[in-house]
Amino acid sequence: MITFLFAASVVLVTLLLIIELWQESALPRHKFGLHFFVTQVWDPIAGQFGALPFIYGTLITATVSLVIAVPLGIGAAIFLAELAPARLSDALEFFIDLLAAVPSVIYGLLGVFIVVPLMRDYVQPALKNTLGFLPLFSGPAYGIGFLTAGIVLAIMVIPYIISVSREVLMSVPRDQREAALGLGSTRWESTWNVVVPFARTGIMGSIFLALARALGETMAVTMVIGNTPTISASLFSPGYSIAAVIANEFTEATGDLYLQALIELGLVLFLLTFLLNGLARLLIVMTSQRGSGTAHA
Amino acid sequence: MSGRLRWRKFVSGFMLTMTGVCALVAVSVLFFILGYLVYHGGKSISWSFVTKLPTPVGETGGGMANAIVGSAKLLLLASLMGVPIGFLGAIYLAEFSGSKVAFVVRYAADLLNGVPSIVIGIFAYSLVVLPFKHFSTVAGGFALGLMMIPITLRSTEEFLLAVPRALREAAMALGASKWKTIVTVIVPAAYRGILTAVLLAFARVAGETAPLLFTALGNRFWSPGWNQPTASLPAMIYAYALAPYDDWHRQAWAAGLVLLGLILVINIVARAILARGIAVPRA
Repeated sequence: MITFLFAASVVLVTLLLIIELWQESALPRHKFGLHFFVTQVWDPIAGQFGALPFIYGTLITATVSLVIAVPLGIGAAIFLAELAPARLSDALEFFIDLLAAVPSVIYGLLGVFIVVPLMRDYVQPALKNTLGFLPLFSGPAYGIGFLTAGIVLAIMVIPYIISVSREVLMSVPRDQREAALGLGSTRWESTWNVVVPFARTGIMGSIFLALARALGETMAVTMVIGNTPTISASLFSPGYSIAAVIANEFTEATGDLYLQALIELGLVLFLLTFLLNGLARLLIVMTSQRGSGTAHA
Repeated sequence: MSGRLRWRKFVSGFMLTMTGVCALVAVSVLFFILGYLVYHGGKSISWSFVTKLPTPVGETGGGMANAIVGSAKLLLLASLMGVPIGFLGAIYLAEFSGSKVAFVVRYAADLLNGVPSIVIGIFAYSLVVLPFKHFSTVAGGFALGLMMIPITLRSTEEFLLAVPRALREAAMALGASKWKTIVTVIVPAAYRGILTAVLLAFARVAGETAPLLFTALGNRFWSPGWNQPTASLPAMIYAYALAPYDDWHRQAWAAGLVLLGLILVINIVARAILARGIAVPRA
């Protein structure tokens, strides 16, 4: 029965976490209501708190990261599951797993000293010269900003997409491939028109998992996003994200309203990742039940 | 060969090559990170780095001895909290619970596992820091321990469930009580898996920074006892990387090398333990 108490404590702690976040954010919830999410003035001195710039920054950086990570990750997963010999596939998967274990502050460190200078001196000027007519790639090149944060996030979430997609792809029954090849498809046609659609829901699941990671990521983003609450169409512009503002301002928050506004941001982040994780797990379970093999979310 | 077929074969070959390139890019990132850290960190790591305290701002030299000890203390506390709860909770799930309770516990654990680490920090702050009125090692250890629970719980449960039924039934048939069966048969049979689970959970929280920012806070001196703010390696990397001093940047690289080395070694050891096979005869 002791074991029951320990198991129950897990449930208890989780409930406590939700209650704590809800109660500790009561002040701004009553004072601002839904305006909290649509106003963009963040002025602790005047007691005005609008979360829009942070929500915008979080969504933009996560979007940029997925645009880069999804094609790369799925491509690599297809190679590992369909093409590589089992030995090579397992060896590469081992390295991918190690990559997933690298702590985010290390990605931040590399972001600050490698990605930021690279972006400022080469990538951003090049993008500006070729695609500068788009509002996305205009404005001065600081190096820090939405685009850089998105790229660092992409590097971080690629291992997750690869691992889960690989497992889902490998759980697609062999006969599906053989049937396609038997009908005269090329290797790629069998992969792209048969295997990938079969594993579609599971791959979507891996993407949601990656999205949840990207939204909640703190350290790496805080170190390269620029920490300025702006809403700008340009990806070069410095910005801010929900997790970053909590990390930077929590210890300095004076007054209950300020602190609780930050906790409400934490609540928003929690709910977002909660929804995405639930959706991801559902999708992955759905595919692995259709296939013959098993995949773990 | 008709032109159409030639085109299809070309597309097939081209796209499959591209997937190989994707895999190569993904894996080479790991070697790039490792190489860069070894190059930069290796240049700045020294004996004084691991034995000396940080010097006052503006002076070069000094080390991160307090952060290394601080990290060790935080991880000790985290393990003391996360491992027993995760392990015993998993025994309950695998051996005792009905399916309804198990569903709720698993759901809660998965939920907890998905919570962004910065939110765990907020929780530990309001639960431990606020009542005691100051930042402390205990609060940091609590936050990290909280993150260890779901990882340990879920993977331990999986390894316990993988123990064949026949072993359980054999023990029961010999007259062993349920507890006796668990302690002398099931857990020993699954111990490699459980060890791997615990090691991976440990490695995962060892690099966490966000939950420490407003629980353990940071400290430029030794942190006596358990009730004071303490330095930790990840938080030091964060602070030093953003500081405007070159010497601090060098130390951030060295700290990064130490931290990443520790985490990768634990990961490789854990996987090696598992690869040698779970000590269970196949049923």
